[in-house]
Amino acid sequence: MPELFSERHIGTDAAAQARMLAAVGYDTVDALVEAAVPESIHVEDLANSSIPAAASEREALAELRALADQNTVRTSMIGLGYYGTFTPAVIKRNVLENPSWYTAYTPYQPEISQGRLEALINFQTMVTDLTGLDTANASMLDEGTAVVEGMLLARRASKLTTNVFVVDADAFPQTKALLSSRAEAVGIELVEVDLAGGATLPDAAFGVFVQYPGASGRVWNPASVLASVKDQGGLAVAAADLLALALITSPGELGADIAVGTSQRLGVPMGFGGPHAGYMAVRKGLERQLPGRLVGVSQDAAGHPAYRLTLQTREQHIRREKATSNICTAQVLLAVMASMYAVYHGPAGIRRIAKEVAGQAALLARFLTEDGLSLVHNTYFDTLQVLVPGQAREVVARAADAGINLWLVDEDTVSVSVDETTTLHDIGAVAHAFGGPASRDVAFVGGSIRGLPDDLLRASEYLTHPVFNTHHSETAMMRYLKQLADRDYALDRGMIPLGSCTMKLNAATEMEAITWPEFAALHPFAPEADVRGYLGLIDQLEGWLAEVTGYDSVSLQPNAGSQGELAGLLAIRGYHRANGDLDRTICLIPSSAHGTNAASAVLAGMKVVVVACDDMGNVDLDDLRAKIAQHAENLAALMITYPSTHGVYEHEVTAITQAVHDAGGQVYVDGANLNALLGYARFGDFGGDVSHLNLHKTFCIPHGGGGPGVGPVAAKAHLAPFLPGHPMAQRDEHGAFTHAGGPISAAPYGSPSILPISWAYVRMMGAEGLKQATGAAVLAANYIAVRLREHFPVLYTGDNGLVAHECILDLRPLKEATGVTVDDVAKRLVDYGFHAPTMSFPVAGTLMVEPTESEDLTEIERFIDAMIAIKGEADAIGSGTWPANDNPLVHAPHTAQSVIEGEWEHAYTREQAVYPLKSLVRTKYWPPVRRVDNAYGDRNLVCACPPPEAFE
Amino acid sequence: MSDKTTLKYTPEHEWLAIDGDVVTVGITDFAAEKLGDVVFVELPAVDSDLASGTVVGEIESTKSVGELFAPVNGSVTEANDAVVDDPSLVNSDPFGEGWLIKVRFTELPSNLLSWDEYSALVGE
Repeated sequence: MPELFSERHIGTDAAAQARMLAAVGYDTVDALVEAAVPESIHVEDLANSSIPAAASEREALAELRALADQNTVRTSMIGLGYYGTFTPAVIKRNVLENPSWYTAYTPYQPEISQGRLEALINFQTMVTDLTGLDTANASMLDEGTAVVEGMLLARRASKLTTNVFVVDADAFPQTKALLSSRAEAVGIELVEVDLAGGATLPDAAFGVFVQYPGASGRVWNPASVLASVKDQGGLAVAAADLLALALITSPGELGADIAVGTSQRLGVPMGFGGPHAGYMAVRKGLERQLPGRLVGVSQDAAGHPAYRLTLQTREQHIRREKATSNICTAQVLLAVMASMYAVYHGPAGIRRIAKEVAGQAALLARFLTEDGLSLVHNTYFDTLQVLVPGQAREVVARAADAGINLWLVDEDTVSVSVDETTTLHDIGAVAHAFGGPASRDVAFVGGSIRGLPDDLLRASEYLTHPVFNTHHSETAMMRYLKQLADRDYALDRGMIPLGSCTMKLNAATEMEAITWPEFAALHPFAPEADVRGYLGLIDQLEGWLAEVTGYDSVSLQPNAGSQGELAGLLAIRGYHRANGDLDRTICLIPSSAHGTNAASAVLAGMKVVVVACDDMGNVDLDDLRAKIAQHAENLAALMITYPSTHGVYEHEVTAITQAVHDAGGQVYVDGANLNALLGYARFGDFGGDVSHLNLHKTFCIPHGGGGPGVGPVAAKAHLAPFLPGHPMAQRDEHGAFTHAGGPISAAPYGSPSILPISWAYVRMMGAEGLKQATGAAVLAANYIAVRLREHFPVLYTGDNGLVAHECILDLRPLKEATGVTVDDVAKRLVDYGFHAPTMSFPVAGTLMVEPTESEDLTEIERFIDAMIAIKGEADAIGSGTWPANDNPLVHAPHTAQSVIEGEWEHAYTREQAVYPLKSLVRTKYWPPVRRVDNAYGDRNLVCACPPPEAFE
Repeated sequence: MSDKTTLKYTPEHEWLAIDGDVVTVGITDFAAEKLGDVVFVELPAVDSDLASGTVVGEIESTKSVGELFAPVNGSVTEANDAVVDDPSLVNSDPFGEGWLIKVRFTELPSNLLSWDEYSALVGE
């Protein structure tokens, strides 16, 4: 019997599962899940599955190697927002390949996330410095979507009523395509103007967007264009290249209100399109309008500075359809990498790299003009457009033969972008492809920046904070990364039982291929012949995901769950409009839904109508029928999550989907909780028309501390033509279907370099293993529910009193009896060595626990013991043993300093504070800060690195 | 601090202190308690015209966002800059220093609640 990967992935073995089943009261895992999942939606195992029998870890890697070998890594000089870069090895090894960074969750619990919060505030500081603006967020999904968010922000913040947004003609083509598909859905009219060419602006516009430097490589001064739009009450958005900004005047200094872009070329491999961290920065006064996550400085209970996510109320889980954006997951791991690139190189290093790039471009310009060729523009940073009338294809082909990909602009024009990795040899080879001599006598020529106009040379400083001027030796860098990682709690320390987040194993074998050059070093617009291995992997993964969800076609383009949701809703919109149903714009959303649902619906041009839920947390069928009747003519869609956000398999789901279909609506099933269903039921079989999946939940892509995510959208055949396409896709066909909707991400396949993770997971589990994982996850959740039920009521259950893959522990009775809050329990869990479960979602005053299939019984028992012990502590407060204002719960979490420094004057002992269980003595995780003051941070907004003295 | 029992109330948890044709508006202690620590307040500009029932401002806490509804038709004569600078006043003194706006009105709505009626509404 060969070794099965599923036995490594699933934490509980047969003996453990037998013990757990006995406690839950079922004979087999199958019997348990079949009792929990309503019988009407059970699915039989497929006779002709496209998913091959489980491969071993070795076999899966060998197959990935074979796929990688079908890709061809040429030197990319395509540019257009994606550039070659050297990932410093110290960052690759200590961040990208380090589970302390990549298995962490989004830093909602600041006390156990200080390390990555510091890394992210470094990122924000880097972005504000380079862009010359006041506040930056902790990453966007990519440059194209960041520009879209910039447009939406301009519309929110402008007082003008016009719906016109001006777009620079010299913007990246993928950005223009994204703007066009997203603007149409929300009623924005785009007007493209050749701004650098001096064309006149329309009379009124709520905003203007410029690319700086331009897509053509031209470096021009947009200050007067920005000023004239702002004079009329509009806002100015600039997409700026962070490396270029080391040498040229920042957009902030030129008058931009909003700067956006990507940090890819700061040490993050191209990866055939992603993932990378986009960025957004705004001038003072717009910070409350910023989409996405923002790290700020607050203070802890002892008055020490502490980082936290700030202004959380802008986010969808609070503001729902009034949220400033649907962006949720960011690109934390990649933002950390880019920030560390700046920390490692420092201002002098970044400037040197930028000058080398500009120098290489200048050298190439010299060679080409010496050879008699003309450049389209004579100002440039890294990109040259070269005129070769009628010969552009030939030049591109000759360069490809020499191992270099150039970009064909049109039949007469070729574009060349140099980057940090470009060598003198590359420059010579490119010049030769344009018809120059095969070899030249090149003496030393580095460092010229003559392509940059004098009036735009940067005078202002950047990266002046000590953090960018300290860790320049590799030893110092390694230790800084270790120091930060040590402050955080990730899956490499213990369970992260976050309900609705599915923090399962991210296996080392799954991670293995993402750094192979054949997957990491490809440009998203590389020729099809270079990326056949990738396209093969994507085809297979799309097919497998379609099969397990019961859909016909899948697009992997959305690079986060929120984007998958939006893509699905835009597909529904496209379908209705193609049928002439222009007025079908109402989207029904249950009150229990995740806030992102509502935010995405608004961005898809829909109007949200909330459907009530009953006391059990299920959709109220009577209210649903009433709302359907009320809006029948205008019904576009219903969005439901299955199993529900309450962690319950709703019994009536087929009745719900049927009612919507009968009224001509489409059913969107949110796949956030697919981990409770895989192998036992399929969205497409019980009435779903379209869904998004979260590969970073169900299919093992690590959370990365808050991104990357991948949110594929899966649909039935009738919606497939409306799934996201892309003007630069190597192929429009996806199996039997052509995806012809507008793009949803900057790159045609979103974030392909992490797809080998999910591919390897499915390949090594096989259909049988996937089903076993579901069973183990459902068993673990039900076991916890049974064990903790007598201590904390379990709020919702479905058929046979069972929960799905997560359970909600109701802490409101505890608060009533003892005054102990959800926060107290969550922070006390830190003292016990745990990451808290999800707090107050979907119900205020509760904890939602999702153990996943990957935790073993020992860890599950450790969690149960901790919860029972904490309940005992709470009871001691209730009975008066400890005062309500001085007990280990209200003061949790406890730092080492807090129990060592000064006299101990509390009603409980030091041991009770930090070693409530003896087993903690050898394994203790020490939080670096006490409980963080949320209100202080929101009232005193500081979103850049504080001076080092602040920590003394 | 105003005497709570003499004020008028709306079902949106706002209080109204009526003085001639000018009404001072704030949110109730019940609303402030429900919101939690208020961290940001956005108020309509002085001289702006308000339409009764529309959202004219925001009261944001660390965990929620409350909307300020115009309780009357009228124009803003004063906005409390002190509460914009120090939003915690909404929590510490909702009926006093935590007032939000003053509005000159022509007509009061008919459905304002007394203290007793409001207390019954919020179950106190």
